Amino acid sequence: MQLSMTTRKSFGAFTLATDFNVSGDRVGIFGVSGSGKSTLVSMLAGLVEPDDGEIVLDGDCLFSSAQVINLRPEQRRISMVFQQHCLFPHLSVRNNLLYGFNRCPKNLRTIDFDTLVAVLKLDGLLGRGVTNLSGGEKQRVALGRAILANPRLLLMDEPLSALDDSLRFQIIPYLKSVSEQFCIPYLFISHSLLEMRLMSDQVLNVAGGRIIGISTAEELARQRLGASQIGYINLLRLGRSSEDGNLYSYPWGAARLLLSAASERDDSMAELSSKDIILFKQHPEAISARNLLQCTVRSLFSSGRKIGVELDCVGNTLISEVVQEAVTELGIAPGGTVYAAVKASAFRMLPG
Amino acid sequence: MIQLSSTDYDAIRLSLQVAIAATLLSLPFGFAVAYLITFVKFRGKVLLEVLVNLPLTLPPVVVGYLLLLLLGRHGWLGSLLNKADIRLIFTLKAAVIASAIVGFPLLVRSLRIGMEGIDPQLLNASRTLGARWHDTLLTVILPLSVPGLVAGSSLVFARSLGEFGATIIVAGNIPGITQTIPLAIYEYAASPTGETMALSLCLVSVVISLAVLFLHEMMAKKMARRG
Repeated sequence: MQLSMTTRKSFGAFTLATDFNVSGDRVGIFGVSGSGKSTLVSMLAGLVEPDDGEIVLDGDCLFSSAQVINLRPEQRRISMVFQQHCLFPHLSVRNNLLYGFNRCPKNLRTIDFDTLVAVLKLDGLLGRGVTNLSGGEKQRVALGRAILANPRLLLMDEPLSALDDSLRFQIIPYLKSVSEQFCIPYLFISHSLLEMRLMSDQVLNVAGGRIIGISTAEELARQRLGASQIGYINLLRLGRSSEDGNLYSYPWGAARLLLSAASERDDSMAELSSKDIILFKQHPEAISARNLLQCTVRSLFSSGRKIGVELDCVGNTLISEVVQEAVTELGIAPGGTVYAAVKASAFRMLPG
Repeated sequence: MIQLSSTDYDAIRLSLQVAIAATLLSLPFGFAVAYLITFVKFRGKVLLEVLVNLPLTLPPVVVGYLLLLLLGRHGWLGSLLNKADIRLIFTLKAAVIASAIVGFPLLVRSLRIGMEGIDPQLLNASRTLGARWHDTLLTVILPLSVPGLVAGSSLVFARSLGEFGATIIVAGNIPGITQTIPLAIYEYAASPTGETMALSLCLVSVVISLAVLFLHEMMAKKMARRG
């Protein structure tokens, strides 16, 4: 997918001005509420008309004020998954799923209904109405409906924000796998950096009605470490746990970690804030934290008043944050060795 | 004891005919106007809203008189219809038109309330899934407006059953041709011996109204359960 968007749209005192060129199949649009993300995707979908400018998707002009082109939403082949599922309440799950499929030109009906239903695990729901489905089921139906229309671009406008944490992490694999399996590029909109890192390769950072940068989700997370109240969130892929006294021991690459949270799964994800990692220059004599990892410093980066320290822990990566004084005092420098202490309770298992 | 003459039976039949025809006649126009007011941005929307609601505030006799001026033999529309050999004044058709116009604001109001409750994002979802505007109108807006349609239809039907002022001016009070229940009751009330007959028709009127209201409530409950 190649998208070029040079547009301007004003609502009263607020003006959204976009000027970017982006390519890739997993693009994110990140920004806080009110930054203009939703207006941007609405203009792309044809639901809001820009005041002026041009939108070109894969070489096709969708909007051009100079050439007086403005394709209607149904002509753009851009499907949307909305924040609030937006399922048609008078239709069954099956008829909701088929709504876009039936309106798609016959030569473009390439998505197999049964395969999609199987991937999204909707088999048992097809005959039901949509009003009594759970939040996660509704969002899966909304996703299936958008995919079955076989769009050339899928817009996901904060599709997870209306879901609670456990549902959110259940839906993410569906969002990723469905678009990958059916080769549909997507634009994922969110104000959550964690969701951005899980869903996108490239991220457009929107603030105050402007695109203030294009980077990878990882780079964006590191840039925002200093400004974020929760720090940088390390995502750790853990293996199957075993009991170890009152704690649970998890394999983490070649290392092992002790966590207070249990998980029955063979493969689970845990998050750990950069704020919860304490660095020591030398091996401490005694410490209450149950995890003490010998690490090599890979690099340092500054973000606001904080210094991010990228650590290599037996092949795994951890980001810790310290202040400049600590860097000087501990002599932290790339290639040096430090000890990272983490309490067993500092990890948070991600549901899913 | 209920006493009904053959002209009373005619009045009951004509009342039902007028109410059903007025409801069916006003439905497509009511739906179109409610759609325009709710979903379309255009200049003069306030004027349209005022015009639609005008029959609600005008005395029905005024509505009837204006219709008489419009549809009469020398009226703006009436003269055109006269050339085509179409006569409306003092026919059942005039009673239908009068009832439809007087009940029209009630229909539009009910439909608007229903349409305003439709999440605009559903319409956006429909458009991004490939539906053109008329497809969205038929497959999303219309089915979701059914509760408003049912409520509005019940109101127009009930209003038509009770319509008197406009009807007597444009359709007259001709037994067996344009005389509906209210007109027949009016005639009995004016007669010193018509009290029993008037009461009988009042009772019939109450029974029909109750039946309409019960039917409306049952349909509303059924739709609420389904929704």
